[in-house]
Amino acid sequence: MNPSSTSSTREREETGLPMVPEAAEPVEEHKTSTSAVFTIRDLSVYYGGNIALKDVSLDIRPREITAIIGPSGCGKSTFIRCLNRMNDLIPGATVTGEVLYHGQNIYAPDVDPVAVRRRIGMVFQRPNPFPKSVYDNIAFGPRINGFKGNLDELVENSLRAAALWEEVKDKLKKSALNLSGGQQQRLCIARAIAVEPDVILMDEPASALDPIATVRIEDLMQELKKQYAIIIVTHNMQQAARVSERTAFLYTEVDEETSNRWGILVEHGETGLIFTRPKDKRTEDYVSGRFG
Amino acid sequence: MNLEINSSRPSARRLWTNRVATAGMAVAVALALIPVGLILYYITKNGLAAMSWGFLTEPTPFTFRRPGGGFLNGLIGTAIMVALATAASVPLGILAAIYLEEYGKRGWLAQLVRFFSDVMTGVPSVFVGLFVYTAFVLPFGFGAIMGAGALAIIMLPIVIRSAEEMLKLVPLELKHASFALGASKSQTVLRVVLPSALPGITTGVLLAVARAAGETAPLILTALGSLKVTTALIGEPISALPLLIFDGARNPFAAGQERAWAGALELLALVLIFTLLARIVAARSKISR
Ligand SMILES: Nc1ncnc2c1ncn2[C@@H]1O[C@H](COP(=O)(O)OP(=O)(O)O)[C@@H](O)[C@H]1O
Ligand SMILES: [Mg+2]
Repeated sequence: MNPSSTSSTREREETGLPMVPEAAEPVEEHKTSTSAVFTIRDLSVYYGGNIALKDVSLDIRPREITAIIGPSGCGKSTFIRCLNRMNDLIPGATVTGEVLYHGQNIYAPDVDPVAVRRRIGMVFQRPNPFPKSVYDNIAFGPRINGFKGNLDELVENSLRAAALWEEVKDKLKKSALNLSGGQQQRLCIARAIAVEPDVILMDEPASALDPIATVRIEDLMQELKKQYAIIIVTHNMQQAARVSERTAFLYTEVDEETSNRWGILVEHGETGLIFTRPKDKRTEDYVSGRFG
Repeated sequence: MNLEINSSRPSARRLWTNRVATAGMAVAVALALIPVGLILYYITKNGLAAMSWGFLTEPTPFTFRRPGGGFLNGLIGTAIMVALATAASVPLGILAAIYLEEYGKRGWLAQLVRFFSDVMTGVPSVFVGLFVYTAFVLPFGFGAIMGAGALAIIMLPIVIRSAEEMLKLVPLELKHASFALGASKSQTVLRVVLPSALPGITTGVLLAVARAAGETAPLILTALGSLKVTTALIGEPISALPLLIFDGARNPFAAGQERAWAGALELLALVLIFTLLARIVAARSKISR
């Protein structure tokens, strides 16, 4: 993707953001920690005309884990699906606002959602390996993207990166459906890594897993964040506290008259601060377990 | 609340209801299986008695009275026409199903196609024969192509609707997984949806093939039947196993009737072998577990 379109430059000036280096490539070490991978401005989502998520503005940094927490139904999945345009697949869903990915608005009319998804990987709540062999699962993304290099090597590296290689190296040709739930989820992570994205979105990736498999996924995330920006949705606050550098708290607002409900971003910041010294009363109540 | 184990033991009344219902279902299953069992029994018994190597390799004699001979002409005719009909209706049917499920969805064109394939499933096959007869046989004459055309028309709605049902069963999560990896719609359909639905689609195709292999009425009007062994696709009538079974069974002579039994067994075995083969191929093409 070419991030230097005139429209995105103008949009950035309007939002008054500091200029970020206009490069889709991971930027050099000394600058990266402040330049955002995602700059999200006034993001709202409607399902068939009903608002589900309202005016979310948030920056996502590279090589960090950002946790999205909040009660069930507050729009966490809706939010994360906006970041790789998966909401396009939901009939009746409309997105307004801006999602700047390295400065380029991924909702600009000339942006191909397919190209967006190649750069921004996603791991789902329920492991969803294809009913194909382990090898073919990993090779799927590279193959459809016309990968020309050494596929065996790429498969091995992806599986190693997902800490799954040792467990499956002898059953690469066997069906991925034979793996355990935790292995399947790591396979899905490996599959996402194989297309070499620079962001990985994870929507409650461990909620269908047992505690041991969960720990393995969390350890894996710590490895992956050295290379990727990771955004993880979780309703498990301990998990958010354990794994993430930054946390965003979403919460459901209710219109008393119409009883319409929508999600808002209450606050976001360093995970430690969100959990120990939240600014907002609702965050405090939520993280101390008073509701949710 | 009384939570003692004793109190949760099923009452005598419930036990009896359970037993009666189980027995009722067993009887229903048995009743349903009786006709199937009898058909298989008589075809196998009478068919084996009349079966011989000659039957498989010789054409039908000119009179029903003469013993010996066989249904080679019909075997070849059935093979040609069913193969042609399958080659035409299966790709077309699967493409139509993909259109309906993945692209047309609830649009008017898709609804129209769905409506007509439903109507076509219910149309008596003799009407299909009559249609092909009027439209194509009258100008061009009887032949294998005509018979295959009629069979394809009969197979098409079966393939479409069964394939559509199978495509519907492919979990949305798999499509999402594919899209999230940067696959386009067509890549997702061809590389994820279709392979996942393939075993089920195979079943539907087999059903359609078996149905076509056994069709008689439309072939009378399109292939006509012939005692000659021919592989001509057009220009001359051709025979088929069901046609020969029909002819043999309705004549009063023992030799002809015996051939009809043997022919019925041959047709049954053919469908069975084909089903098994297709299942093995489908199982092979899936990856080892
Ligand atoms: N595909 C959809 N169609 C219509 N409404 C939806 C859809 N997905 C989610 N919603 C609604 O949007 C709101 C937020 O849902 P979601 O993003 O799934 O919340 P969370 O992931 O935080 O549990 C809910 O009220 C839900 O009913
Ligand atoms: Mg969710």
